[in-house]
Amino acid sequence: MNAILNWVEQRIPMMRVANQHAIQYPAPRNMNVWYVFGFMATIVLVNQIVTGIWLTMNFEPSAERAFASVEYIMREVDYGWLIRYMHSTGASAFFVVVYLHMFRGMMYGSYQKPRELLWVFGMLIYLALMAEAFMGYVLPWGQMSYWGAQVIVSLFSAIPIIGPDLVEWIQGDYVISGATLNRFFALHVIALPLVIVILVFLHIVALHEVGSNNPDGVNIKHKKGSLSEDEKTKFKIHEYYTQKYDIADDVVPFFPHIVLKDLVAFAVFLFVFCYILFFAPEMDGKFLEHPNFEIANPLKTPEHIFPVWYFTPFYAILKAVPDKLGGVLTMFAAIGFLFALPWFDRSNVRSWRYRSGLHKVNLIVFAIVFIFLGYLGGTPQENWKITASQIGTVMYFGFFILLFIYSKNEKTKPVPTRIPR
Amino acid sequence: MKKWLAVLLLAPGLAFAAGSNHPLDDVDIDLTDKASLQNGAKIFMNYCLGCHQMQYQRYQRTFTDLDIPEDLGVQYLQFTGEKVSDYITTPMPAEDAAGWFGAPPPDLTLVARVRGPEWLYTYLRTFYADDSKTFGVNNLVFPNVGMPHVLESLQGTPRKVYREKMVDGQMQATEVFDLEVTGGSMSPEEYDATIRDLVNFLEYTGEPTRLKSEAIGRGVLIFLVIFFVFAYLLKKEYWRDIK
Amino acid sequence: MSDVSVDANESAQQPADAPNSNRRKFLTVATSVVGAVGVAGAAVPFIASWQPSERAKAAGADVEVDISGVRDGQLIRVMWRSKPVWVVKRTPEILASLNVVEDKLKDPNSEAEQQPAYAQNQHRSIKEEYLVLVGICTHLGCSPQHLAEGAFTEYEPGVNNGFFCPCHGSKFDMAGRVFQNVPAGLNMVVPPYYFIDDSTILIGSDGEVA
Repeated sequence: MNAILNWVEQRIPMMRVANQHAIQYPAPRNMNVWYVFGFMATIVLVNQIVTGIWLTMNFEPSAERAFASVEYIMREVDYGWLIRYMHSTGASAFFVVVYLHMFRGMMYGSYQKPRELLWVFGMLIYLALMAEAFMGYVLPWGQMSYWGAQVIVSLFSAIPIIGPDLVEWIQGDYVISGATLNRFFALHVIALPLVIVILVFLHIVALHEVGSNNPDGVNIKHKKGSLSEDEKTKFKIHEYYTQKYDIADDVVPFFPHIVLKDLVAFAVFLFVFCYILFFAPEMDGKFLEHPNFEIANPLKTPEHIFPVWYFTPFYAILKAVPDKLGGVLTMFAAIGFLFALPWFDRSNVRSWRYRSGLHKVNLIVFAIVFIFLGYLGGTPQENWKITASQIGTVMYFGFFILLFIYSKNEKTKPVPTRIPR
Repeated sequence: MKKWLAVLLLAPGLAFAAGSNHPLDDVDIDLTDKASLQNGAKIFMNYCLGCHQMQYQRYQRTFTDLDIPEDLGVQYLQFTGEKVSDYITTPMPAEDAAGWFGAPPPDLTLVARVRGPEWLYTYLRTFYADDSKTFGVNNLVFPNVGMPHVLESLQGTPRKVYREKMVDGQMQATEVFDLEVTGGSMSPEEYDATIRDLVNFLEYTGEPTRLKSEAIGRGVLIFLVIFFVFAYLLKKEYWRDIK
Repeated sequence: MSDVSVDANESAQQPADAPNSNRRKFLTVATSVVGAVGVAGAAVPFIASWQPSERAKAAGADVEVDISGVRDGQLIRVMWRSKPVWVVKRTPEILASLNVVEDKLKDPNSEAEQQPAYAQNQHRSIKEEYLVLVGICTHLGCSPQHLAEGAFTEYEPGVNNGFFCPCHGSKFDMAGRVFQNVPAGLNMVVPPYYFIDDSTILIGSDGEVA
């Protein structure tokens, strides 16, 4: 048996990778519950890929058959309804965990040096995910699929000169049509998943190169020779890390300790997920919008159009600007600013535990504003909401501007060199 | 393109099918009430199927789920001479229908998921006589609806009630959202119960797997609690020494 | 979605002084087992979804065939479960030929279970004159040709009627029994069927059951 394993190991380094990246990977021992969402996102990604593959087995990507084939899956394929609900609920779950994962990064400064690219890769995943979710929502070819696509694709018409031609090119027709549906299907099931999987891989490579951050923002890798034997961890850490650094007694191995932690969180997550899946898959029209149970009708716009909940903050920003091009630019700027977060924050202190009260307030206000914008973008228009969205938009950008200003000379608390016990 | 941007920027208030603010009545949906579902199916097949189809739902599936013996179902609930394994479709050609009603009558398989049971329950009980309309009726929750009051023989003819009321110091006839019904073979209570059964049936066809889903869901949740306990204890065990 | 089971065995890391208690072993095994049950449970819908759907089952439902118009020697085709099913009205001459060919057949007594018990006889049918047969060659699934009134002699000298598969040359007699020295190994399949009345056959169910 050992001979076989050795034979394999010499040809493909399975055990070395397992040791380097799991069994002997040093993870900060103070990682709290906010650190489980990366793992959750991976699980949801697997769920989306597997259920997605199964859905393509019966889905028919044509304007004539798409809606009917979804109902065919829901009614006539054994457990088709379950697989479809797993996919639709999974889409929303993906954004729930991704938003929490991002907020974790903001709280503990996980985007700061040396993790800027880690953050940028994460943002790219987020961007690809939004495209993936949008195109996926078009596929059932219901009223919201159709009109949502109409509205979002029309955003590109705001681009000067080439806009209108670009929109026709994207649609492959003068309106959203079967041609659009078909190309979105191809992108949704092959192109974007491939991009997302590659980006996730790069995200993890970048993470393991710079190491996991933690709620105290304390480095666990110290300069070679700076720690006494007593201060070093008793766990066996892979030589890849110990060659370059002294690893402090602040770590646990990723496997089994962190994995077990993730596993417990996974059980809780799955409980909530399955509750929604089995008992309220529409989530009161938030995960599956009511008008989308009506087949796409190019002659009749639904009474209220708004995107699925995870897009609504940006939709509110879009609507807040009373100018076509301006609104589109502002919306993309909102995402662009998030990308650039590592460079807006000029502080050397990572975790908000050691940062100023102003920073804490700023971050919490940002989170509240984001949720509030989501509410504004996801409910029927009323007059006060226009003003509210405008204030919210200003506050959204205000977060970044303020951060840039105060973080240079921020009054911070001293950060311990070791993780506090 | 400008039009869509208008939809986008100005308001989702650019509404084509203008809604109404008529309050919706609660309806007691119970998918385990087979008698109610069977009666609902009977009403649907007799009064709705003439124009509306359920093109995603099969007779056979419906009979099985509703505990209707197949031979009885074929005998009493199938009028179009199709096979029991066929979809519930109407022989009325869609083009003709569009000509008669302005638009083809919508498929009703999923109508409960689009409108919600409360809307349906209220809608089917709030037709009222209105001579200005093609079919002589209008509706409180769906103004200017292009559908006749198919159940008039059961409910009777509802009329809007006008009452004298002080407005700006003068007595005026003011519209009150209240309907007075005359005629009809059913009492108001019987009619409400019938509509409840019909809506119950539509709720069933919207998602025929609902009860199965909840049954499996309960098992899955119990399993996850057990899994959680073991996973939690195991995690505790490994983290015991790390202080 | 699948539960993750953890196999934290001896190789899993522990601090040097950690007690490797029985409790730890027990919990590891227990969690793994429960996790494995979860994975198996999660696999069920994915496996089950490959079963024929309701639509396929509806298409595969029993078929009623009106045989009142079938002439002597004529073959009619109907679809059952998306497969061609033949109904042939055999003449006394054809029935007589079933005796003649028997020593040239692989399985003249229909011992292989290619037919319901009630069709395990020389004519492989309920009523002698009516042959009901799934029109698919038992070699690789082509649909054989019906060669009647002497056309079959080209392939089997002295036999006027039979079925010939153009794909690989397999030959069957007028009861769907396979000849020797051809690629096909088994007689053609007789589907379950019964006579509702003298002029109607129901294909797909056995009479006793229905």
